[in-house]
Amino acid sequence: MVELPHSREGKRCIVLHPSDNTATALADLQERETLYWNLGEERRAITLREPIPFAHKFAILAIPEGGAVRKYGQVIGEAARDIQVGDYVHVHNVVSKRTRGQGR
Amino acid sequence: MRNEGRELSFMGYRRANGEVGVRNLLGVFSLVTCANEAAIRIGSLVPGATVFTHQNGCGQTQADLETVTRTLMHLGQNPNLGAVLLVSLGCEGLAPARIAEEIGRSGKPVEWVRIQQEGGYFGALSEAGLKAQNMAQALTGLSREKIGVEELVLGLKCGASDPTSGMAANPALGKAVDSLIELGGTVIFGETTEVVGAEPILGQRAKNEDVRRRLLALVDRLEERVKASGSDIRGGNPSAGNIAGGITTLEEKSIGSIVKSGSAPIQDVYEYGAKRQGRGLFFVDSPGREPEVMAGLAAAGAQIIAFATGLGAPQGFPFVPVVKICANYKTIQRLPDFIDLDVSRIISGGESLEDAGERIFQEILRVASGKWTKAETLGYSGSTNIYTTGPIV
Repeated sequence: MVELPHSREGKRCIVLHPSDNTATALADLQERETLYWNLGEERRAITLREPIPFAHKFAILAIPEGGAVRKYGQVIGEAARDIQVGDYVHVHNVVSKRTRGQGR
Repeated sequence: MRNEGRELSFMGYRRANGEVGVRNLLGVFSLVTCANEAAIRIGSLVPGATVFTHQNGCGQTQADLETVTRTLMHLGQNPNLGAVLLVSLGCEGLAPARIAEEIGRSGKPVEWVRIQQEGGYFGALSEAGLKAQNMAQALTGLSREKIGVEELVLGLKCGASDPTSGMAANPALGKAVDSLIELGGTVIFGETTEVVGAEPILGQRAKNEDVRRRLLALVDRLEERVKASGSDIRGGNPSAGNIAGGITTLEEKSIGSIVKSGSAPIQDVYEYGAKRQGRGLFFVDSPGREPEVMAGLAAAGAQIIAFATGLGAPQGFPFVPVVKICANYKTIQRLPDFIDLDVSRIISGGESLEDAGERIFQEILRVASGKWTKAETLGYSGSTNIYTTGPIV
């Protein structure tokens, strides 16, 4: 069972798998909005560094350049540059790893 | 999940061959596109009859005719049908006698009417109408009995997807699938198109190397076919619309679809139109389009299809109830006559994927016991077809 990050309004985003380093916004989230979540026993606060549109992703853990971007417990791409906690995660900082023949 | 107090059975129809149906219908099958209109009219003559039509059966390559034959045989064997009436023109390219014989192997009554032999449309209606009346009446002698969930066979589909599909409806359906598999049940999914980009991930879930290799071969074959027609799935995905909706990479898009199959190992992989054997999770080759994928799931033996949607889609299937699951609150408000189960509280009300998955699981059991789906109440089930890949000749 994944502890969901949430703010005072209730759940504002969803982490689809415990091993993910991204969360998906359940509403349009504001820049500097603070969300809380539990990493194991540790309670963490995330302050969004950018606005995150509904259904888009942000980082809940830092991802170094070249690191795996995880959602659904799977690798959905590779960080094209360093991604910090609270950063918007999308096509501007993630590249697909799944060119033909890789990983097979 | 604890099972105390949880419904783990449904009321189904035990067939002569031991299989279980969740509906008890007479299937009126058109065997060839020329017989479609007669089959539709015949099906309208008798309550308890349901019609399957398609655009195949003649003027096709031998390989495609074989696929059509195999699919019709296995559709006829679907346990939701208690009897089958075949309607052919008489000069079609496929072999109706073989289809009748194979359906008959499942122990159910099978009849066959040839329009050319019966003296045309009215002759066929008269002959087939009498047969249909007798078969439909005989069916009603069977009652539902209590069946354990391990005998449930669920097919999966997602369509008219939107951003809520990948973040809520599909993952919640995946939880329901994991529950059913854990309890010994069976789940079938397909949509080979949707796997492109996530095939190494899905491949890791194959039971063994042989199953993995055959799964990857199906994906490769589909990509080659698409390329041969001048398109490239990898080149055009994710689309601009997908990216605007939050999908960053092709693998994210594909995983967002296959997440509805949960996390269980894939026991086996089948060609389109084949009937799956055994229990657990299975993959059947199919395109993503509704008429063909749902026929493929029904041929594989699905008793019910769980259909996750974002924007809403109307269609059911003639003899397999299709349960529409939606996490988009606006769609649920706008299209109440299409959506069976509202899981939008994952997004707006803090419902966990596990809890939503359990509600999906319980709704599937209710539908298995006889509750009508929205598509059944609408009678919206005539858009069916069989997947073929060769030219029409």
